[in-house]
Amino acid sequence: MAKRTGRHKRNRERRQWEGLVFLLPSLTGVTVFILLPFADVVRRSFTSVLGAFTGLKNYQTVLHNSAFLRAAINTGKFTAVCIPLLLGISLLAAVLLQGQKKLGSALKSAYLLPMAIPVASVVLLWKVLFMRNGLLNGFLAWFGAEPVDWMNSGSAFYVLVFSYLWKNLGYDVILWLAGLAGIPEEIYEAARVDGAGEWRIFVSITMPNLLPSLYTIAVLSFLNSFKAFREAYLVAGDYPHESIYLMQHLFNNWFRDLALDKMAAAAVLTAAVILALVLILQRAWERE
Amino acid sequence: MRKKLALIPLGLLAALCCCPILFLLAGMLMDKGELTSCLGAVIRGTDGFAAWRLLPRYPTLENVIELLLDSPQFFVMFWNAVRITAGVLAGQLLVGVPAAWGLARFRFPGKRALYTLYIILMMMPFQVRMLSDYLVLDRLHLLDSHLGIILPAAFSTFPVFIMYRFFGGIPEAVIESAKLDGAGPWQIFLFIGVPLGAGGIVSALVLGFLEYWNLIEQPLTFLKDKTLWPLSLYLPNIGLERAGVAFASSVAALVPAVLVFLLGQDYLEQGIAAAAVKE
Repeated sequence: MAKRTGRHKRNRERRQWEGLVFLLPSLTGVTVFILLPFADVVRRSFTSVLGAFTGLKNYQTVLHNSAFLRAAINTGKFTAVCIPLLLGISLLAAVLLQGQKKLGSALKSAYLLPMAIPVASVVLLWKVLFMRNGLLNGFLAWFGAEPVDWMNSGSAFYVLVFSYLWKNLGYDVILWLAGLAGIPEEIYEAARVDGAGEWRIFVSITMPNLLPSLYTIAVLSFLNSFKAFREAYLVAGDYPHESIYLMQHLFNNWFRDLALDKMAAAAVLTAAVILALVLILQRAWERE
Repeated sequence: MRKKLALIPLGLLAALCCCPILFLLAGMLMDKGELTSCLGAVIRGTDGFAAWRLLPRYPTLENVIELLLDSPQFFVMFWNAVRITAGVLAGQLLVGVPAAWGLARFRFPGKRALYTLYIILMMMPFQVRMLSDYLVLDRLHLLDSHLGIILPAAFSTFPVFIMYRFFGGIPEAVIESAKLDGAGPWQIFLFIGVPLGAGGIVSALVLGFLEYWNLIEQPLTFLKDKTLWPLSLYLPNIGLERAGVAFASSVAALVPAVLVFLLGQDYLEQGIAAAAVKE
């Protein structure tokens, strides 16, 4: 008996390192293609394009660069408008959807569908909808509204917000539904027996129980917001209206100008912001 | 009654989500005359507004035929998109499935740190990696080649994370009993892990397909040679003066993605939800 446990222990120890063997191909690729080059980027962020050490100069240049500030403010504003809107609408849809038996899954498919529609296919619709002589202005003209050049004015920002909401609604509905499914049915029953109304139940049971999911969903939505650049770029090109000039446009333009020193510093700054967010997310996961 | 009422906003929202597809389908089936009369204002920039019809007056496949017969570029770009997507997904399977298994089922020092590293990397947007990708592709002489797009994406840690969640859910007892029967670690992985975690693998593939079929930033940055571009970059270059072809090729780009979506919808939902559920 004692011999068997001894062997068992040895087995377990050996087993531990086999895990690394399974991981090895992935780890090698990650090191070669992501970690080492990023370390090089960090190094470059402290040097000039020619390689001379310049300390924090690149960071100073970037933080005083008006294009960087505009892009950072726009990206921040875009996030601040989009994410609360998306979280609110998708939560509402998820809660309403939860009670639907027959049509529930068909509706869910409909909300997810935009995820499958390639950005490039939608671009055509965006152009026809939002150009000066486009469908939207034609529709508004019925009500006597003056035509607006949607993509070349401040409203371009809201077009982008709308397209983000449209694309990500289903994704967030699924996440909320997963959170809702985790709330035990008994709590609801107990509340109903006590005579609590639907609204009361939502505020005092659903909302507090969804709080842990909220962190996760908010961070995932934030990360998906970076993909809104695809729409902005394909519809409006390298230099869109200034209201939708995002971090991604800036990176593209610096890349074309080979401003590698500025890019390196901006990449490190962006990575630091995201890293902070991910660590917050991990905290939230662990708290669950 | 209340539940019926809820169907009204839910239904409207669903209609809003679906209408772009109807728009593209209608446009694809319209003949040149109808497209010109509908979109004339947008195409020529004259006075008046574009108009639209839900159903074409004289449905025709002439746009599809023009696309298939007179647009050799289209096939090149479509094939490029297929190559890139298939290459990335194959690479992710080959590298990611064992990695997820290793992370999910073994205990070894540093595992926790590696897991955190993988999550951090999966969250980084392309812009953070843009310069570093460029540097490494330049050094390996992979710029301006499909391999240069495929390789960095194949080592993406996102599919590892999704499959990790599914592999982690396999009961320990199943693996213990296989071990008692004398199965080695590779046998356990191939004959127990892979079949029982198949849902996770498919989820990662479906999410991956929708992502890489849509690839914009990477080819735009790393492929100077436009004959290597995938469909997603080619479409916006078709001007509205060739509206019929633009509609037909938009639908052509849409069809594979919607097919994958319809066939893999359950897995897609599981894959999305995998991030939200507790470990």
